[in-house]
Amino acid sequence: MVSQAVIWSIFLLPLASFVLIALVVRPLLNRYSMISGFITIGALGTALGFSIWTLRSVALHHDLTFEPVKWLSVGNATIDMGLLVDPLTAVMLVVVTGVSLLVQIYSLGYMQGDPSFSRYYAYMSLFTASMLGLVLASNIVQLYVFWELVGVSSYLLIGFWHERPAAAAAAKKAFIITRIGDVGFLIAILYLFGRADDFAAIGLNAFHIPDIWQAAQPQAALGAVLGGAALTWLALGIFAGAMGKSGQFPLHAWLPDAMEGPTPVSALIHAATMVAAGVFLVARFFPVFEHSADAMTVVALVGAFTAIFAASMGLVMNDIKRVMAYSTVSQLGYMIAALGLGLYAPAIFHLVTHAAFKALLFLGAGSVNHATGTFDMRYMGGLRRHMPITYILVVVAGLALVGIVPLAGFWSKDEILLGAWNGTGLVDTWVNRVTFSALLAGVIVTAFYTVRMIILTFHGDFRGGIEKELEEKAQAAPAGAAGHGGVHLHESPFVMVLPMALLGIAAVTLGYLANPQWDEQLGIPKHWITGFLADGLGAARGLGGHSETLDFSFGMAVVSTVAALSGIGLAIGIYLKRRDQRAEPLEKLGSVYTLLSNKYYIDTLYEDVAVRKWFFRVIAGTLDWIDRNLVDGTVDLIGWFFRNIGTAIGRFQTGQVQAYATGIAFGVLAIILALLLA
Amino acid sequence: MVDGYNGLLTATVFLPAVGALVLLLLVKGDRNIRGFAVLIGVVDLVLSLLVFGFFDRSADAARFQFIDQFTWIPDVGLNANFLLAVDGLSAPLVALTGLLGMCALLASWHVKLRVKEYFVWLLLLQTAVMGVFTSMDLLLFFLFWELELVPMFMLISVWGSGRKEYSAMRFLIFTILGSAFMLVGIVAVFVTADVGTFNMIELSTEATMLTSAGLLIPLSGLFWLFFAGFAIKLPTWPVHTWLPDAHTDAPTAASVMLAGVLLKMGGYGLLRINVGMFPSQTDRFAWALMALGVISVLYGAVITMRQTDLKRLIAYSSISHMGLVLVGIASVGISDGVLTVTGLSGAAMQLFTHGTVTGLLFLCVGLVYEKTHTRYIPDLGGLAGRMPVVAVAMLIAGLASLGLPGLSGFVSELLVFLGAYTAYDWPTVLAVLGIVLAAGYILWMMERTFFGERRDRFANLTDASLVEAAPLVLMVVTIVGIGVWPSLLTDVFESGLNPMVDVLNGVINK
Repeated sequence: MVSQAVIWSIFLLPLASFVLIALVVRPLLNRYSMISGFITIGALGTALGFSIWTLRSVALHHDLTFEPVKWLSVGNATIDMGLLVDPLTAVMLVVVTGVSLLVQIYSLGYMQGDPSFSRYYAYMSLFTASMLGLVLASNIVQLYVFWELVGVSSYLLIGFWHERPAAAAAAKKAFIITRIGDVGFLIAILYLFGRADDFAAIGLNAFHIPDIWQAAQPQAALGAVLGGAALTWLALGIFAGAMGKSGQFPLHAWLPDAMEGPTPVSALIHAATMVAAGVFLVARFFPVFEHSADAMTVVALVGAFTAIFAASMGLVMNDIKRVMAYSTVSQLGYMIAALGLGLYAPAIFHLVTHAAFKALLFLGAGSVNHATGTFDMRYMGGLRRHMPITYILVVVAGLALVGIVPLAGFWSKDEILLGAWNGTGLVDTWVNRVTFSALLAGVIVTAFYTVRMIILTFHGDFRGGIEKELEEKAQAAPAGAAGHGGVHLHESPFVMVLPMALLGIAAVTLGYLANPQWDEQLGIPKHWITGFLADGLGAARGLGGHSETLDFSFGMAVVSTVAALSGIGLAIGIYLKRRDQRAEPLEKLGSVYTLLSNKYYIDTLYEDVAVRKWFFRVIAGTLDWIDRNLVDGTVDLIGWFFRNIGTAIGRFQTGQVQAYATGIAFGVLAIILALLLA
Repeated sequence: MVDGYNGLLTATVFLPAVGALVLLLLVKGDRNIRGFAVLIGVVDLVLSLLVFGFFDRSADAARFQFIDQFTWIPDVGLNANFLLAVDGLSAPLVALTGLLGMCALLASWHVKLRVKEYFVWLLLLQTAVMGVFTSMDLLLFFLFWELELVPMFMLISVWGSGRKEYSAMRFLIFTILGSAFMLVGIVAVFVTADVGTFNMIELSTEATMLTSAGLLIPLSGLFWLFFAGFAIKLPTWPVHTWLPDAHTDAPTAASVMLAGVLLKMGGYGLLRINVGMFPSQTDRFAWALMALGVISVLYGAVITMRQTDLKRLIAYSSISHMGLVLVGIASVGISDGVLTVTGLSGAAMQLFTHGTVTGLLFLCVGLVYEKTHTRYIPDLGGLAGRMPVVAVAMLIAGLASLGLPGLSGFVSELLVFLGAYTAYDWPTVLAVLGIVLAAGYILWMMERTFFGERRDRFANLTDASLVEAAPLVLMVVTIVGIGVWPSLLTDVFESGLNPMVDVLNGVINK
């Protein structure tokens, strides 16, 4: 059985790495900045080992409940720092430490020569520690603490090259938009505290996550504390936080901009782990969500809409990372929609496979950038001849994303589609139908943009890379992109290819091996991960026993494969043999193309109309005017009145403090005398 | 007649004043003056930390500790005492004053003009503020309260910049106006038959508290008289307009003291006198405090967005953050159930954390101004590459200001919101929106000043020197320390606030 100290050190090791790099390596040993990379990798390697140990211990049904440490007591509740180790936690721990470790190894090559190498690893360690803290949290405030720390790490890493104005702006945008969602999360916490007395009456702590689960159970012997409309609002408040972090419409606008960060950051934070924190959050509070059909409906529809909406924008992006960013938003939509329909285990299963293949796609984009110096696919092309390993790995990851049998994404996506088709009875049938249709349509779009991205990048003729781009755009080289300035068409170094290859293996095998569909494989039982997660959920609901898992459906596999193949075929037909490689065939769509490439004008609406015009100019401008003229004016008027009321006070205008002090002294004396005589 | 004498508080309060006197009479040469003043600051910091550290926070400890008392004006029937004491509410604020006082002295290292006079005023200021936080006699409290005005007025009007005389005068007039109200309140308390005391310990103990019987002015009137004085100091909307002017034109050290501890006198007064001595009125008017608090939070934050001067920006953000003190106090207005200390504890914590956070922000801005000679945000940009130490300190302060967990600001905001929500749910939700606005103005400010392309004209900027970095490090350590281990402070604050909560629970909903 894994001990408490081991689990804590999963979180503490990367934290120690951050502290060590920030306080020792960077100030004192910055000339040997490679050390910080090795510290981080060492810490994460150990953390990964501990995470696997923890997973094994959870799978063996060890009792892993530990006494939390009191952090702050507030009224009838205490804010503790504790460990909540259940199947969801265990799976997330392995995903986070695993992907983070590979990304840190890759970064040794990708970030080599960057003057802020140590700072990079310090931030990455801070991020990983925060993410692990979030996953382990047993208290909702503790979860919120790490939720925000994850957000600030993301802010620091998006703005890592802070001398690039676009990076600084994107970092700020990411933080503010996610914070809008966090307000909902925080209000949910406030609401729980408002009910602390009711919790305390039946011996529960309003902040302790398992206690919140228990309070939401209608069948609980003690009677449900949470229920009705209040439970719906509570769930929606939490969901608002999830929407911000996971880039769900309408809070999605920050994620594509976040691509300004270094590419390994995008792979780790904005593809595999942090953006999945929203999915994790809903899953964490699933025993609450599932008791409100209204909340579940909202979750499902937001997810379904985001899945198709984001995918459509991915169709027309020219920046390879932006295609992937919209793809991430879309895939997160799949997970959120699945949770909304009650498909707890398939959603998390998809989170796991997505972490592998999407991280690989981003690392592939980084590898391509390493060779061409650009992210703009209009200046790529033909790279498969120069970087065959990257090409194969990106194709594998891409097909896994599309959901081609037998790659990872196929198994997890099919579970979601099948579950959506079957329905779970938690939401109305129409919600199931709408969601299923959106997700299935999303498969076609996903296939199309993925294949388009692969063809534009790797097929056809090379179109000049960064040199051509700069020539055409005639602008200065982006500052800070050290080491990626020129065009060097060759495969990336081993230190970058190795982590990609390992992720590639995961992208191929993870779907089937983590969840064998027919019988035991390599000692892994049938439906292992979904069964494992579903059992965890059952325990969270306060029920024991074994939970149902979805059986494989050939019908659904055929339907989804046909959808995927039609998208692939369409993209190949349009792009592979196109005559003018510099033209964009989709431009023929006219206004639809314009609408999509302008991201449905949502950024314009947010930034220009809502923020700059209405908020900054109208609201803030008006208040500012009122402050300067009316409030200040009134006060000045009173001041004027007092200053002119008599000669004694009139002295103040001379600015002589001596006079003032004398006045006060005499005033006090006069009062004392008056009192004595009275 | 000596009624009880420990001496530690007297030493803590008067050491800077004695130091100022010695400085004035004996020390010569700018280097010696600086060194001596900082030495006094360090010793006073140690003394204040002793007060905080040796304050007995156990449950059965006396509420007021380190009592220094002797009869002061014995024969005239005035019954005014020299009475210094701390409870859990004042002890952390004493430590805060020691900390910021020393940082302010260090931040004055490069002052060139009338050096001796400058440090004399700064030291006197520290004595005055220490006195306010430790006086448990209304008359003494008032004297310290007034004493603080003179040094601050001088610091702004002589060593300030811009329209410094105008700003100093506004500061003075506003505060005097507030003091006038307060003085009327103090006199009214005293002349009431059967009360006849200035003793704040007695006045805030349930058995000897003021009741409506026989009062010259009704209790509610007294409540508002004191409130007016403290609200101007805090400051709350709509009497906040002196603050941006005073801050903008004050020298760095004065800004640090002004935002760091002088504003806290307002919040301290509200907790000590309004909540502590007029619990029934606090309960009755909690809704008004909530309204003023929420307006201050949002109004201050929105206007902060429009500021283009770094100091003005932080000044307006202070108005927003001090609004949270009112919001926290308004938690008293619960409609049913038992009041918990949460909201009040949050308000007190907000005093401390805002003191450190805004103090650090002003220290950083002072360094930026000293090196770039501008505070106009559009002229700045790309400073992070030139002065990384200042940038990191500013970022940490900014993140604490927007309530990032792990830093001190989060704890106080969380406690304030938790407490206030139990009393006024929807207004609290409005106040919570302030955290989005805070993220907006802080990060936007960071983007425009520290991030972005390097400017050629800042090519020769140097980062903070060792002397300049020392106060930054001290503050960062405090901010992170409180953020990670908040109960170090909350336990002390709550030991002071719990007796008030007990009294409040007796009067609420009667």
